[in-house]
This record gives sequence, structure tokens and C-alpha cells, in this order.
Amino acid sequence: MMNFIADLQQYDFLQTALITSIMVGIICGVIGSFIIIRGLALMGDAISHAILPGVAISYMLGINYFYGAVLFGIVSAVGIELVSQNSRIKSDSAIGIVFTAFFALGVLLISKAQTATDLTQILFGSVLSVRQSDMIITLIISIIVLLVVVLFYKELLISTFDETMAAAYGLPTKWIHYVIMILLTLTTVASLQTVGVVLVVAMLITPASTAYLLTNKFSVMIMLAAFFGALSSVIGLYISLEHNLESGAVIVLVATCLFLLAFIFSPKQGVLWRLFRSKNKGML
Amino acid sequence: MNQTIEVSDLNVSYYGNQALKDVSFSLQTGNLIGIIGPNGAGKSTLIKAMLHLIPIESGTISINEQPVKNLRRNIAYVPQRSDIDWDFPITVKNTVLLGTYPNIKLFRRPTKADKEWALYCLEKVGMGNFANRQIAELSGGQQQRVFLARALAQKTDFLLLDEPFVGIDAASEEMMINILRSLRDEGKTVMVVNHDLSKVEAYFDELILLNHTLVATGPVHDVIRPEIMSKAYHTNLNMIQQMGVFS
Repeated sequence: MMNFIADLQQYDFLQTALITSIMVGIICGVIGSFIIIRGLALMGDAISHAILPGVAISYMLGINYFYGAVLFGIVSAVGIELVSQNSRIKSDSAIGIVFTAFFALGVLLISKAQTATDLTQILFGSVLSVRQSDMIITLIISIIVLLVVVLFYKELLISTFDETMAAAYGLPTKWIHYVIMILLTLTTVASLQTVGVVLVVAMLITPASTAYLLTNKFSVMIMLAAFFGALSSVIGLYISLEHNLESGAVIVLVATCLFLLAFIFSPKQGVLWRLFRSKNKGML
Repeated sequence: MNQTIEVSDLNVSYYGNQALKDVSFSLQTGNLIGIIGPNGAGKSTLIKAMLHLIPIESGTISINEQPVKNLRRNIAYVPQRSDIDWDFPITVKNTVLLGTYPNIKLFRRPTKADKEWALYCLEKVGMGNFANRQIAELSGGQQQRVFLARALAQKTDFLLLDEPFVGIDAASEEMMINILRSLRDEGKTVMVVNHDLSKVEAYFDELILLNHTLVATGPVHDVIRPEIMSKAYHTNLNMIQQMGVFS
């Protein structure tokens, strides 16, 4: 532990890695809360995969991969919406069709791009190679995401809980959906560095699900999810450095451990208390 | 000025199936209006179309000569219970508080007065003691009363309720219809989709009888006449009598 703190003070790249992964943990928790309640977990997975061609094209053009990734994320979200609303194809199938197509295209383009960054790094993240400029982009993304959620919390809450009432009194629910998709894309792009394409969905879903088991208030759920996301990042990064393990994978497993604790011990939803209560009922 | 709800030549289709065909009616405001008809007759479709929640092929809907789109914040809508995600992390009192949101400006939060108003509405439906419960912990009737409280919190002149009496206990139903009556007595207009024909006579002032097209509309006693009802339900009079209409 002391080593970790001493290293942190000594090495800039460690500080950058830590700060970036904390920010990523926070915004993943916040956006993840909306995603799991709206039943869009698969959408998070889809967007993270669909941005791959954008990353490749950015490398080819020599620009920051952020621009291409965001563009492709939004294009895929719109594409999924178009397919599912204009045909009898159900939305989970539409998601499957669109994201695998983009991902396949991305795999081909990445191998053509022939950059120093290989596919593995994008697929699984590499938090220790996060540059200062990436950290600043992550900071900007985090500010945008948090600002939108705080400013429009009322509208986001009501359209997430009861979209029909929101539409009935005149909220533009379709646009709100697209705003959430854009925030999801931004969050996913920021998470690429720490956990990579394949595991982003875990950071979106797992801390938010942990929080979901612990509270009956949506605002509290968002804050808890942000906390669990950040905590997973810090503990995960620490363990991965101490034992020289893949950081993305360790961060995800720490998040999973937190989820399991809530799953078993949550006062209202935990399986332990349920078992206990049903046993007591049996004795009466 | 003429205080009416005017629907003219309303046509709505779902995936090529015509749900509502050339529906036109004109009803006085300030009444308790029942929307009845067989299953799949387009009852819910009618109120959703009236709120522009679903696309309309053709037709116009206006209240007091104003297009309904301009009046949205003056209409409260209570969805069917099956449309709600009851596992959503929200308490009873915060659910009712949502009713104040349409009247709160962008970037603003509910004030203390809004919260007190929401609690008052909750008391009105007899659910004050359940304020801090999560909404899934309630019975069906209690859930429906909470959503009525949310509609009350909206302080609107028009209330549209979609099948509010389905699967709820008799005490909740009694309490809700009494609240709807007192709203009517205050001059508000209440429209209720209902498919239990046995209570129609006792509950409503006016009826809209639908079966894709408008079969009849007007005061209750003019609508629930055997020859009209059998036309809507495509069945003989005995069946309708068994449903309890002419008790």
C-alpha cells in the first residue's frame, strides 16, 4: 500500500492513470444508472463495439481517436433506432445486426491502419499508457456528462420512469433518448483507455446494478453507482500494479465483487435476508 | 364561449390495421365521461391519440377551440398499471411529486411548497402513511391511488385515465370514483377508459361507445340502450345483460 502511494507521488503516468480511471468510474456509474433502468444494457455493449472503425479511421487520418469514435458511436445509435422503428425487427436484434457489422468493419480497418496501437490495446484497454491529452479529454467528457445530468435531472428522471407522462405534457422524449445515447457514446469512448471495448459494458452495468440493489431513490442510486465505479477503479488499479495484472480485467472483477456483496447482503434485496425472512415465515 | 371537447374525423392505424376510423364527437366539458367498448375497440388508442402520444393519420382534436397540443400542461394522464416499471427506485411521495414537474421551469427543482402539495395530494387518496414506501411494495389499488394523486398534483382541468379500475380492490375503486366525482363537481373534465360495464351507469355522466368507429355518444342513458350496446358488442342482448349493464 505504501509502495503504491510512493509510486503515485513519483510517477506522473501513474497519477494520470489513477485520475483517468476514477473519472471513468464516476461517469460510467452515472450513465450506467440510466442505461440499466431504461433496459439499454445491450446498447452500451453495442456502442462500445461500434466505435472501433472510428478509432481506426482516426489513426489513419492522424487525428485523436476520440473524434472518429464519437462519430461512429452516434451513427450506430441512430442506425439501431432506424432499423428497429422502421421494420418488424425487434430492438435487441437491430442492436446485434448493427454493432457486429461496425465491429467487423473495425477489425479490418485496424489491421490496415498499421499503427503502433494494436487491436489488443483497444479491445482490453491499457490504463498505464494513458497520455496527458487523453486525461484532459476524459475530464472534458466527464464535465459534459455530469453537467447535462445535473441540469436536466428533472427531465431525465421523468422520461426514464414514465416516458408516456413525459410525452403527454410535452417533453421531447425522442430527443432525450438521443441525448442519453450521445452521453453513453462519450462515456464509452472515455472508458476505452481504462477497460477497453470488450469490458466497457461491465463498468456501465455492474456498479449501477450494485447501487440499484441498495436504494429506493434514483438520485441516490446514481451517486452510489458513481462511488462504486470510482472505488472499483482505484482498488483495481492498485491490485493490478501490485501483482502485475491486466488493469481493465482487475477493475471489472473488483466491480463484480462489490456487486456480489450487495447481491448477498443488501438489506432489502439481498438473497441472505430473503432466505432469513422466508425461514422465519416458515417457523411462524 | 362554447366549452367543448371536439374530435373530428380521427383516423389512427397501427402497422396497417385501422384502430380508429372516422371518429367524431363533441362533448361538453365539466363532465365525468366514460369511454367504453369491447376489447381491442380502440379505447386506449383514443385517449393516446387525443394526447398526441401516438401518430394520427388524419383528424383534429381541440378543446374550447384550441388545438390540444397547446393545452398539454392542462391535461393529466394516468397510464395503465401495466405500463409502469414498478421496480424503479422511487418512493411513493416522489412519484406524486413528479406531478408538479410539468409546472416547474427548466433547470429548477421542486420547492418545499411543491413537496407539501404532493404530500397533500397523497393524503387526499388516503396514502399518506405510505409516503416512504417503494412503489412495488403497494397493492394494485394503492398503486392506482398513488398515480391518481400524481394526476391531482398536476393541478389540471382535464384528467384522462386509462383503465384505472382494472385489478384493484373495491375500497380503492370507491375512493377513486368519489375523488373523480368531486373533481367533476369542481368543474373539471374527467375521461375514463373502462371496460367493466356493470358500473357504467353509476359512474359516468356521458359515454363514448367505440368499436373502431364511434357507435354512440351522449348521456349515459341514451347510450346504454340494448339495441345500441348489441351493435357495439356484436352479441345478443342476453350476453350484455349477463355483463350486468341493465341490472
